[in-house]
Amino acid sequence: MSIEVLKEPSVIEGKPTFVEIDEQISAPIDKLPNIKYLIALGITSTMLLIGIICIGATFFYGIGLWGNNNPVGWAFDIINFVFWVGIGHAGTLISAILFLFRQKWRTGIARFAEGMTIFAVMTAALFPLIHVGRPWLAGYLFPYPNQHHLWVNFTSPLLWDVFAVSTYFTVSFVFWYIGLIPDFATLRDRTKSTIKKIIYSILSLGWRFSNRHWHNYEMIYLILAGFATPLVLSVHTIVSFDFAVSIMPGWHTTIFPPYFVAGAVFSGFAMVQNVLIIIRKIFNFEHIITLDTLEKMNKIMLATGTMVGYAYGMEFFIAWYSGSQFESFVFINRAFGPYAWAYWIMVSCNVVFPQLFWFRKIRRNIPIMFVIAVLVNVGMWFERFVIIVTSLAHDFMPSSWAYYKPTLVDFGILVGSFGLFFTLLLLFIKAMPVISIAEVKAVLDGAQPHHTHNGGHNGK
Amino acid sequence: MENKIIYGVTGIFDTPDEIISAVKQVKSSGFERFDVHTPYPIHGMPKAMKLGTSPLGYFALVFGLTGAFAAFALMTYLMGYNYPLIISGKPFIPIPAFIPVTFEVTVLLASVGTVLAMLFLLFKFPNNSHPLHDTNYMKKVSSNKFGICIEAKDEKFSKMEVIEFLKKIGAKDIEVIYYDNDALNFKINIFEWKFVAFLVVSALVVSGATYIVLNKLMFAPPFNWMMGQHRIDAQVESKFFGKDNFSMRVAPAGTVARNTNQFKFSGQPELAEAKLINPLIPTEENLRKGMKKYDIYCSPCHGYHGIGDARLNGQFPNPPSLHSEKVRNWGDGHIFYVITEGQNSMPSYSSQLTNEEKWAIVLYVRALQRAMNAKEEDLK
Ligand code: HEC
Repeated sequence: MSIEVLKEPSVIEGKPTFVEIDEQISAPIDKLPNIKYLIALGITSTMLLIGIICIGATFFYGIGLWGNNNPVGWAFDIINFVFWVGIGHAGTLISAILFLFRQKWRTGIARFAEGMTIFAVMTAALFPLIHVGRPWLAGYLFPYPNQHHLWVNFTSPLLWDVFAVSTYFTVSFVFWYIGLIPDFATLRDRTKSTIKKIIYSILSLGWRFSNRHWHNYEMIYLILAGFATPLVLSVHTIVSFDFAVSIMPGWHTTIFPPYFVAGAVFSGFAMVQNVLIIIRKIFNFEHIITLDTLEKMNKIMLATGTMVGYAYGMEFFIAWYSGSQFESFVFINRAFGPYAWAYWIMVSCNVVFPQLFWFRKIRRNIPIMFVIAVLVNVGMWFERFVIIVTSLAHDFMPSSWAYYKPTLVDFGILVGSFGLFFTLLLLFIKAMPVISIAEVKAVLDGAQPHHTHNGGHNGK
Repeated sequence: MENKIIYGVTGIFDTPDEIISAVKQVKSSGFERFDVHTPYPIHGMPKAMKLGTSPLGYFALVFGLTGAFAAFALMTYLMGYNYPLIISGKPFIPIPAFIPVTFEVTVLLASVGTVLAMLFLLFKFPNNSHPLHDTNYMKKVSSNKFGICIEAKDEKFSKMEVIEFLKKIGAKDIEVIYYDNDALNFKINIFEWKFVAFLVVSALVVSGATYIVLNKLMFAPPFNWMMGQHRIDAQVESKFFGKDNFSMRVAPAGTVARNTNQFKFSGQPELAEAKLINPLIPTEENLRKGMKKYDIYCSPCHGYHGIGDARLNGQFPNPPSLHSEKVRNWGDGHIFYVITEGQNSMPSYSSQLTNEEKWAIVLYVRALQRAMNAKEEDLK
């Protein structure tokens, strides 16, 4: 075995054996939930219940319960939609893009991040659904031959959204499930309970760890990663088209697609980092989800946060440089008008605080990075608030300007969306392996044959 | 034991290096039907097993192209031909606007299609009755060991020799795997009554649920809330207009259609008859216009030919024939007067018809009258 001076340190610490990996990763699934878990579930499901009540009230009494007013017809629900879709993007980035770049450190967090993607997209999809007012007619969003002889408008960004988000959800789900199949098979062979065995057998589809299968399996993983990569970029691009394709000042800019994608990755990583910090603590995954991994995530946050900051600056520059009166008004109004408070929350949380990640000490300090990531998510939520509300509230016609004030129901639904997301996440943690067993085994020290590194000399 | 059919012989190895070299030896000894089972994919294994490249790339290509083509063709057909609509002044087939959906459908079909093809076509999943399941061998390779299985279907297979061979190349825990006789003898009988009953019940449940959802539930509150609008339909009684309960309102008194002068002969049919002269001559154009307006405004009561055969099924008193002596002898001005002012139960049409249209109708009524009572010379 050759000594590689520049060899990267192992992504998994403490040299666990394969059996230890099996045991540790399936521990949360095998054990009954402890009191801490139940308290957490209690809190999130209460939040979910608040959301359900508020949504129920909305359906019963109508959208008048929300703060939406005449110029601001898109408010909390679209803000939340963009926010949650953005959260999902980190998952695909970790599982697909980092996979293509052969970043081994992604292994420990990929499964979890994919799960987050799915739950975030589900949460996000809720909002357009309740925004349409009659969610049971959502089938009309898809082009199908109907008794009205009508088709959807394929030139509308909102319809593109329908396609982008549903494709994104489906592909993420398939990707996630494909990753889970071998792990279900491992669980199937470990478990002692008959019921669990039946469930895992069904879910694993009869996976046999055959290398004739692994061969194709690795290929499909590559193909899916290859498709998911442009897909994830397209999704937030299309979400940004909802705004950029309209003619609203402050929305009608070509910088939106890259700016939205960067923002999505930014907030998504913040969310993944937050939740992982908690999970690795509770389930003792510190050696699998290592501090190095967290540090790398912080670096990505630093990079994307800086991109977002650049976009903020560029927007101002273009507002001035375009010479468009309305455009420059909107931006000055954002920073110094009635919504200045929101604007400065956004700038400080998204641009200023993440810059602290330039310092290695801070990048590796768990409490501080946790707080910064929370702030990033606050800031990114406010970014969508600023974009949507300030532009709508002060459009071309001063006579129709109005100040937007959210109501309690709006906040209730926001709280509910967090409730839904975290409840699903908690259930996921208890029901499925949150870390990919097969993938982690494959990156352990000594898990791969040595001779392949030396250029294929013939065994013995 | 004896009547069991053998599936293959398995052996276990401890490290990835060992398994790779073992595979190479199995391969060089000429075995073809063997498989390697490892808890995770091992680098270099496809090469050692000489597997060639996976065909999935081609699947993805075909599915992807299908998706792209189908999406684009569908949008082009729907937006350009089936129901063309002008949307923000763009062409009917705005190609740039089709790109997002085309892209999404391409990705959707390519990924989902390839995955399904892999699972169901290549792997023949779901397959939980494979002989390797529930063996000690499987329990080991699904966790921490690396195993090799030489199948009985191989041409060179003979139980003892293979066991010896595996021992020689260093395998441990050599195990002989048999088919499960129950699973092997299991025959699917689709006419078994339980299955048929299941089909019948599920068909009933699905169709019943669909019927209830689409025909009943969607018309019950709250799903019907925006279906009924607070509006009054024409020809329907309305309590809102308490005075006469008519939902169809009459124009306020004195309303005249656009392009109409104030009628000077109100209440004086004789004077109107004496003073008014039809300004139109019976050209084909004028007669056609008169016919059109007559068919719209007059024919519901008077019938298409003016003989008083109303289409109102007796909900309104049938008017007299327009071919009576009386009307035939009236001057044009009198008919004009009746249209403008109404007569007894016949309402006024002055708010719906312009003067010119009224005169055109008069011409047409005259034509009808003449057609009904044609004289000898008309036939020549
Ligand atoms: C709502 C039904 C209705 C419509 C529509 C209607 N009429 Fe009448 N019309 C009557 C009735 C009923 C009478 C008989 C009134 C009476 O009792 O004198 C009548 C009478 C007449 C008379 C006089 C006949 C006579 O013998 O006294 C003329 C001429 C006439 N209608 C022409 C028209 C023309 C032209 C139109 C189209 C603009 C028209 N009507 C539309 C119901 C209608």
